[in-house]
Amino acid sequence: MIAGLAFYFFAFILIAAAVMVVTARNPVHSVIWLIAAFFNAAALFLIAGAEFLAMILVIVYVGAVAVLFLFVVMMLDVDFAQLREGVQRYAPIGAVVGGILFLELLLVLSVWRFAPDAAALRMAPMPEGVTNTEAIGRILYTDHIYLFQISGLILLVAMIGAIVLTLRDRPGTKRQDVGAQIARSSAVAMARPELGEGIRREDILRPLPPPAKEAPKPVTHEGGHH
Amino acid sequence: MNWTLALPELVLALSGLAILVAGVLPRRDMTFPCTMMVLGAFLLSGAFVLTQPDGMGFGGQYISDAFARFMKVLVLAGAALALLLALDWNRAEGLSRFEYPVLVLFATLGMMVMISANDLMSLYLGLELLSLPLYVMAAFHRDNARSSEAGLKYFVLGALSSGLMLYGMSLVYGFAGTTNFAQLAQVLGGTAPISAGVVVGIVFIITGLCFKVAAVPFHMWTPDVYEGAPTSVVAYFATATKVGAIAAIVRVLAGPFGGAVDQWQQVIVLASIASMILGAFAAIGQTNIKRLMAYSWISHTGFVLMGLAVGTEAGLRGVLIYTPIYLMMSLGAFSVLVAMRRNGHAVENIQDLAGLGRTDPAMALGMAIFMFAMAGIPPLSGFFAKLYVLLPAVEAGFWLMAVVAVLSSVVSAYYYLRVVKVMYFDASTGALDARPSGVSFVLAGTGLFTMFFFLMPAPLLAAARQAVAALIG
Repeated sequence: MIAGLAFYFFAFILIAAAVMVVTARNPVHSVIWLIAAFFNAAALFLIAGAEFLAMILVIVYVGAVAVLFLFVVMMLDVDFAQLREGVQRYAPIGAVVGGILFLELLLVLSVWRFAPDAAALRMAPMPEGVTNTEAIGRILYTDHIYLFQISGLILLVAMIGAIVLTLRDRPGTKRQDVGAQIARSSAVAMARPELGEGIRREDILRPLPPPAKEAPKPVTHEGGHH
Repeated sequence: MNWTLALPELVLALSGLAILVAGVLPRRDMTFPCTMMVLGAFLLSGAFVLTQPDGMGFGGQYISDAFARFMKVLVLAGAALALLLALDWNRAEGLSRFEYPVLVLFATLGMMVMISANDLMSLYLGLELLSLPLYVMAAFHRDNARSSEAGLKYFVLGALSSGLMLYGMSLVYGFAGTTNFAQLAQVLGGTAPISAGVVVGIVFIITGLCFKVAAVPFHMWTPDVYEGAPTSVVAYFATATKVGAIAAIVRVLAGPFGGAVDQWQQVIVLASIASMILGAFAAIGQTNIKRLMAYSWISHTGFVLMGLAVGTEAGLRGVLIYTPIYLMMSLGAFSVLVAMRRNGHAVENIQDLAGLGRTDPAMALGMAIFMFAMAGIPPLSGFFAKLYVLLPAVEAGFWLMAVVAVLSSVVSAYYYLRVVKVMYFDASTGALDARPSGVSFVLAGTGLFTMFFFLMPAPLLAAARQAVAALIG
């Protein structure tokens, strides 16, 4: 009874928060609503008895992903109002298409049947006597190790791709060159200036800046035909 | 758990990681050494593929059979030759970065996973491991707006098709309670009627796979991506990845859904006929040779799907003969496209080939061979490819499909022969730059195969027959 009530409570807040994510005008508000949605989804996982997934959701999604989102939203100057310009225009068509798909889904579900031997073929029956953390670990790192490793490679490729497409070597970048630092001997010397006199240019043994170029000729504006 | 079975994939994955490190650490440009190392990894993995025993690994998620070996060898060969073509082109275009061969390696690994998939989950993960590097590679020329557009377009549409496919997989899983191919075949092949939900699921999975093989009506991305992406990347798209996509669709439809052939046959027949017609007619007006090759592939897809739609052993054998022959023709044609460069700038209009017959007779002869072969003119290899999918269709009574195939072949001969006419009879607008040695190598190899396939077709036919036998069981 209480679990049922709690389910509807969290589910309602989850959907409301999800709607706010999409409709909020301010992108920062969107991200904060998203965090609310994550917490409520975690609560739903808890009710379903999946503590591990609930904690992962909070730690990974709230702790890392949402914070990254916030960073990106705050650092990028994206005009979200402009991005949403087309919504008014396309919403009706989208709603119609979505409605048709939903109806078709209902039609499919109304005649849904399970295969006669589906129950016998179930892939991962609930293991007895272990916590769900242990159960996930057992399946993930033994039965599904192949898929797990391929997923890892997919993430690696995503990382390579992001670097390939965005990292640029700008010409003016200053990098530490350890070899050059060690090899440098007498370019800089120590000096002991008198108290109160401060350091003069001659005290620092470094190359003087190149002499300023000749001042450009002043442009004359006599003709006045700009 | 029989993990040593997956040795080719393990070797390729580990060498990919090692090559990545070898490319990142040194301060200098590592493109050439990395490319050579990737070619070496392909060779090594290919050697392991050839010695791979039959069997299943990882709790039935991985399968090794004659079909997988046949397709993996093709994929590895196609990827290696395409990488060879890319080496010079990327250097000339200023795209020479060591990540390129690494991405090719991981995409090829994805294809091998997909080919060896015996489970919907490993199929999907292989598909994603293939697709993700492809999106990046399409946008590899990142300072070029068209390349970026191609990458973005491919990514958005590819993500949509992946979503549809996953949805279909979830419906199938909901019905059968398993994602394993053998068990799915058992459930779907039973006497019990198949519910409408599963049919929707199968159709969605077919949609996702048809997107990858670029069959009509899921072909829209192909010409744009081919035109925008760097030619070296397209050479990989049009050769190796097509083999992988064909292998995936054949594996899925002939394997787990083989028992439900009545449910999906009309879908494939329709896609086949539409692809052949669109590929034949849409290519006529093209002036860009990369777009022409895109439509040419769409029409070839129609032929491949024709063999699949027939569904008999002969039809599938036709598909498996078509694939290597297409691979060789396409690699050869793209070696010419990659060499199309005038005064240091890449050119890609058909008219830019004008007078090639006099300025570079060897390359013009090669291109003419590939064009005649693609048009299906005997005794070149392309004729046999079409023959081996047409005959089963006629024997099985798919008259409409067979007639459309022959007629669209006639129509497409027009635009293939136009390329030959431009090369030999139009006035030259200036010679192309000297072709790099990698191009000459690929051109010679594929040209000889295409030209003299009819002298010794037996080894390929035998291998294809063996692969089909493993597939049908």
